[in-house]
Amino acid sequence: MVYLTRKAEFSASHFYHNPAFTPAENQRIFGKCNNPNGHGHNYTLEVTVKGNVNPRSGFVVDLKDLKDIMNREVLDVLDHRFLNKEVAEFAHQIPTTENIAINIWQRLQPRLQAAQLHRVRVYETPDLFVDYYGEP
Amino acid sequence: MKAHLTRRYWFSASHRLHSDEMSDEENRRTYGKCNNPHGHGHNYALEVTVSGPVEPQTGMVCNLVDLDGFVRREILGRFGHENLNTVAEFKGRVPTTENLCTQIFEILQRGFTLAHLEKVRLEETMLNSFEYSGEAQLRA
Repeated sequence: MVYLTRKAEFSASHFYHNPAFTPAENQRIFGKCNNPNGHGHNYTLEVTVKGNVNPRSGFVVDLKDLKDIMNREVLDVLDHRFLNKEVAEFAHQIPTTENIAINIWQRLQPRLQAAQLHRVRVYETPDLFVDYYGEP
Repeated sequence: MKAHLTRRYWFSASHRLHSDEMSDEENRRTYGKCNNPHGHGHNYALEVTVSGPVEPQTGMVCNLVDLDGFVRREILGRFGHENLNTVAEFKGRVPTTENLCTQIFEILQRGFTLAHLEKVRLEETMLNSFEYSGEAQLRA
């Protein structure tokens, strides 16, 4: 079993707000991230797949296929978007880094055939990242 | 949905690796330059990984403000800009980065109860780092 990780970057804006909370609660829990005009990040995405090395190709997965899937399923949807307003799932779910990682897993997992998805890591800044392993 | 969240912090401190149980010669042989009597310093990078269910109401594993507050108060405040050999945790214990890593894990495990502590990873330089997960086995 070999693990292969591919990186990508995307930039997006978001804000944190739960309509079930009062304005004061939103402010207390989410602080500056509650500003309704949003703010942005340069996100770094690391997608790790695992599988056996195909003896003929020497690949775990064809990197071009993985790159195409990441571009189509993730970057085309999230890059240069206001996540709360332009990505359907985040109309009702707060686009925290945790939820973004889970969302990316759900976008990629059904599309990967040759290799098995192992981990989705999303860096919001170089000092903060979330790992999701598909655990319920 | 269970997610793992990692936050990276920085602090600077000095130390000298020296064991009172060894002779001067043995200390020099074991610790090399790190045994120089006046100590030396590092910029440590600390990564704290916590895990838990993503709370549906907030979308968070835990509120970063709480984690940051705890780490600043209990870890950066305790070790940052200190000579580690003079800190209570290292009385009678050599302040290697292995020992610092396990001390930080234990402080977090005792005091930070808002999420499950998975791992502490500590970089001493760009070229070496240490990880401790308590008794739990590190994830592949």
